[in-house]
Amino acid sequence: MKTRPNYLAGIGSFLWLLIVAIPLYVMISGTFQTRAEFGDNGPLSFPTSFTLQNYADAITSGFGRYFLNTLVVTVGVVAIVLLLVPPLSYAIVRSRSRAASFVFRFFLLGLAIPAQAVIVPVFYLINTVGLYDNLIGIILPTAAFALPICTLILSGTMRDITGELYEAMAMDGASPARAFFRLVLPLSKGGISTIAVFSALQAWNGFLFPLILTQSESTRVVTLGLFNFQTQYGINIPGLLAAVTLSMVPVLLVYLFARRALVQGLMGAGGK
Amino acid sequence: MTTLATRRRPAPGGSTVSRPARSGASSVGRPGFAWALPATIFFALFALVPLAAVAVLSFTSWSGLGDPEFVGLDNWKTLIADPVMLKSLWLSLLFIVLGVVTQTPLSILLGVWAAGNQRNRAVLSAIYFIPLLLSSAAISVLWRALLDPNFGIPGQLSWLFGDGNLLGTQTGAIGVLIFVGMWQFTPFHTLIYQGAAKGIPPVLYQAAAIDGAGMVRQFFSITLPQLRNTAITSIILMVVGGLTTFETVLILTNGGPGTDTTITAFYMYQQAFRSFDFGVGSAIALVLVVVATAISLVVVKVSGYDKMNSSLEGL
Repeated sequence: MKTRPNYLAGIGSFLWLLIVAIPLYVMISGTFQTRAEFGDNGPLSFPTSFTLQNYADAITSGFGRYFLNTLVVTVGVVAIVLLLVPPLSYAIVRSRSRAASFVFRFFLLGLAIPAQAVIVPVFYLINTVGLYDNLIGIILPTAAFALPICTLILSGTMRDITGELYEAMAMDGASPARAFFRLVLPLSKGGISTIAVFSALQAWNGFLFPLILTQSESTRVVTLGLFNFQTQYGINIPGLLAAVTLSMVPVLLVYLFARRALVQGLMGAGGK
Repeated sequence: MTTLATRRRPAPGGSTVSRPARSGASSVGRPGFAWALPATIFFALFALVPLAAVAVLSFTSWSGLGDPEFVGLDNWKTLIADPVMLKSLWLSLLFIVLGVVTQTPLSILLGVWAAGNQRNRAVLSAIYFIPLLLSSAAISVLWRALLDPNFGIPGQLSWLFGDGNLLGTQTGAIGVLIFVGMWQFTPFHTLIYQGAAKGIPPVLYQAAAIDGAGMVRQFFSITLPQLRNTAITSIILMVVGGLTTFETVLILTNGGPGTDTTITAFYMYQQAFRSFDFGVGSAIALVLVVVATAISLVVVKVSGYDKMNSSLEGL
C-alpha cells in the first residue's frame, strides 16, 4: 500500500526517542566523569575528562559478588522453568482431561496474582523451611511466579503443531513421552527459547523476593546492590550511574543475541 | 477464531470446552494429567497456598517471631479506621488512571507507527525497547540521580522546574512516578500494539483509500476499532501494573513526602516488613488480591485469553 510519509507521527516518535535516549545518554556520559566535574558542569554536558574510576568503585563496592549471586538465581530460575513448563504446556494443549483445561485456567488466573499479595506467607514459608537468606529461597518463588506467563507463551507455540504430525507418529505406535521428546520439543524450540529469555529477564531484574527473603551481603543480588548503593552513596551520582550501567550490561548482551525471541514473545502478548 | 462446537455453560469441574468425539490415531500424544502435575504443585505451593494463608493471617496478629495469634476482625477494624489505608487506595486509583491515560495514547501512536516496515523504524524500535530491559530498581535509581535537586537535570533547567526539588511536593512526586512509569512501560505496550497493528488486513486500508479516506480518517475508522481487543488487554495489564508498583515508589519517593505517594502495595510492605505487623500487612495484601483477581477475571473474560481453550476443540 502506498501512503504519504506521516510527518507528524515521525516527529512525535522522534520526540519520544529523545525522551528515551537522553536519560540513557546522561547515564553513560556521567559514568566517565569525576564527581567534581559532574557537579560543576551538570548532567547534560559532554564529559571533558575520561575516568574509569566510577566503574572501579562500583566493582570494589561488591558488585562482582552481586553479579555472581544474580547469575546463580537466574540460572536456577531458568532451569526450573524449562523443566516444568514444557510438560505442563504439552498437557494443556494435548490432554483431553478436564483437569488439564482447569489447570490452564488456574495458571491464567495466576497471571494476575501480584507477588506483593502473597509475600507475607511466602516469607513465612521460606523461613519455616530454613531457606531465609539463601539464594535457593529466592529462586523458588521467582520461578513459581514466572510460570503463568511462560505457560501462556509456550502453550501458544505448541498449539501450532498440527494433528497430522501426531497421527504420523501414531503409525509407529508412539507413546505420549515419545511424542513429547521426538515431536513436541523439537518443534517448540522457538517458544522454549522465548520462555528462557523471559524468565531470565524476570529473574535478573527481580527485586521484591530478594528484598524480603535475604539480608546479608553474601546473598545480595544486583538490584538490591543498586538500592543499597543509593542509600549509602546517594550523593555520588557518577558512582551510582556506573553501578546502574553495569547492572544493564549483561541484559543488553542477551538482548542483542535474543532480540527476536523476546520481541516476538511480547508482540504476541496482546495480539490475540 | 472459529470453533467447531458451541460454548457451553461451565461444568462444575470448571471446563467449558466441549470436545467432539474423535476416533483412532489421534489418541497418540494425549498425555495424562500427570504431565501437568509437577508445575501445578510447584505453582500452588508458592501462589495458591500462600493466597489461602494470607487470608488466614489477616485474622491474626504476628510480628514475624513466634506463632501468629488469632485476633478476629481486629486488623480489618484497624484498616477501616486507618486514614492512610484509605488514602493509599485513592492514590493507587489515581496512579492507575494517570498511568492508563498517559501510556495508552502514546503506545497506540508509537505502536501503529512502528508497525510500518521502513528500516529506520526497526532501528528506532530497538532503542525504544531498552527501558524495558532495565530492572525497576535500576530505572528508579537512574531517575533519582537524574532528578537530584543539586546535581540533576532540574537544577540545570531551572526555567522549567523551578527550585528543582520535584520529589519534595506531592504533585511533583506523583508526576515523577507517573512519568517514570511511562518511560519504563511504554515500550511494552508499544510492542503489543505494534504486533496487533501488523495484523490488520491491508485490504481494509486499500478499500478506505479507494473511498478517498485520508490518513487521519483511516486511523480513526479502521486502526482504532481493529485495536480494540488489544487495547483492553493492554489497559488491564496497565491497571494491574499500576496497582502493584512497588520498587519505583520505594526507591524514588519512599512513599513520601509524608504519605503522599504511599500507594496500597507500598503500604502493605511498610506495615508488614517495616512495622512488623504481618497481620495488618496480610489484610492489606488481601485487598490487593481481591482487586487484582477481579481485574484478572475481566482479563480472562474480555480479552479473549480464555478463547485459547477453543483451539482445543479442533483437536
